[in-house]
Amino acid sequence: MQTHKAKRVEITIEAVMESRLTAALRKAEVTGYTVLPVLGGSGRSGEWDRAGQVSRASGMVQVVCIIKPERLDALLDAAFEVVERHIGVVTVQDCDVLRAERF
Amino acid sequence: MEQLFALAADNLISPIILSFALGVAAALARSDLSIPEAAAKALSIYLLFAIGFKGGVSVADHGIDGTLGLALLAGVILSAVLPLVAFGLLKSMTNLGRLDAAAVAAHYGSISIVTFVAGTSVLESQGIGAEGYMVAVAAAMEAPAILSALWLVARGGGSGSKGMDGALMREIMLNGSIVLLVGAFFIGWATGPAGLAEISSFIVSPFKGVLCIFLLDMGLVAGRGLRQGGGILRPGVLLFGVLMPLVGSVFGLTAGLLLGLSTGGVALMMVLSASASYIAVPAAMRVALPEANPSLYLTLSLGVTFPFNLTIGLPLYVAVAQMMTGG
Repeated sequence: MQTHKAKRVEITIEAVMESRLTAALRKAEVTGYTVLPVLGGSGRSGEWDRAGQVSRASGMVQVVCIIKPERLDALLDAAFEVVERHIGVVTVQDCDVLRAERF
Repeated sequence: MEQLFALAADNLISPIILSFALGVAAALARSDLSIPEAAAKALSIYLLFAIGFKGGVSVADHGIDGTLGLALLAGVILSAVLPLVAFGLLKSMTNLGRLDAAAVAAHYGSISIVTFVAGTSVLESQGIGAEGYMVAVAAAMEAPAILSALWLVARGGGSGSKGMDGALMREIMLNGSIVLLVGAFFIGWATGPAGLAEISSFIVSPFKGVLCIFLLDMGLVAGRGLRQGGGILRPGVLLFGVLMPLVGSVFGLTAGLLLGLSTGGVALMMVLSASASYIAVPAAMRVALPEANPSLYLTLSLGVTFPFNLTIGLPLYVAVAQMMTGG
C-alpha cells in the first residue's frame, strides 16, 4: 500500500496550558490534533498523579499532531511560544500516513 | 480553655476528620487506595452545589440586611491584603525567592472551599447558625489574592511573571467552582425553603457522608504530596504553614466583629481568612508564574495548612468566635 512521509509531534504539557496551546496551533493553521489524558509521571518538578485531583493545576495532557514535514517549523514555532517556560516535553518523530491529503 | 479542648477533641473524633486522617495514613503507608479523578470531581461538584444552594435558601429564609455588601467588600479587601502579610512573613521567616514567596502568598489570600464546607459542617453539628451569604463572600475571596501576588512580582521587576491577560482573568472569574457555588446560591435564593424541601433528600441527608469520602480523597492527595514533596519544606516554610492561618484568622475575626456578624458568621470569616487555596490559585499560578515551584505551594497549602485548619484550626476559630461574640 502507498504511504506518505509525515511528522508526528507529541507535546506533553500542563493541563492548564492546553487551551492556550491548541489556540496557538489553530492560529498557526494546524487544525488537526488529538488531546490525550496523561495518568501520572515523574520529572524535574517531581512526581505527580492525576488520581483524586480536583484541580487541573498539577495535571498534564498530551497533544499529538501529525503534519506534512514542510509545516513542522511553523508548528514548532507556535508551540514553543506557549510551552517555553512551562513544565513539559516536545518530541518529533518521523511517521508514515496512508492519506496524505488529510494532513 | 476547657471548652476549647473539649470542642477540639469532639472535632478530632468526628467521621469527617477521621476520614481525612485515613487518607493521609494510607498515602503515607503507600497503600494503593485511590479515588478516581472523575469521582473526586463529581464529589466536589456535589459539595459545591449543596453548600451554595443551602446558603441561598438561608438568605431567602432570613432575608438580606445591609451587611451583605459590606461583608463582600470585606472579603475582597481581606483577599487582597492577606497575600501582602503572607509575603512579608515569608520574606522574614524563610529564604524563598520573590517569585516563590509571591506564589505561596497568593494561596493564603485566597480560600479553600473544602475548609469552608467543613467549617459549616462543624457549625451545623453544634447548632450554630451563620449568615447564608457567607457562600458569596467565599466566592468573592477567590480572585483578588492572585492580583496581589502578581503585583508583588511586578513590583520586584516582574522577572518570571507572565502577568494577567484577559484569558487568565476570565478563567479565574469563571472558574468552575465559583460558577457552581454562586449559581447554586442563586438557585437556592430563588427557590427558597420550598425548593430545598424538594431536593433535601439529595443535598441535606447525604451531605456529611459525601464530605467524608471527599476528605478521604483530600487526605490521599495531601499524604501523597507530603510523601513526594515534603522534603522541599524547610522548617521556616513549615512554620509559616501553621502560623499564617492563625494570623489570617485574626484578620477575619476583626472583620467579622466590625461587621457585626453572628457567631457562625464570624467563625466562617475566620475560616475563610485562615484557609489557603489549592484549586483555583495553583492553576492560576501555573499560568501566570510558571517559574514558581508548584511542589512548594501545593504541598504547603494542601499538606500542611489544610490538615492544620481541619484538625486544630476549625475548633479553635469556632471557640474564639463564640468567646468574642458571647454566642
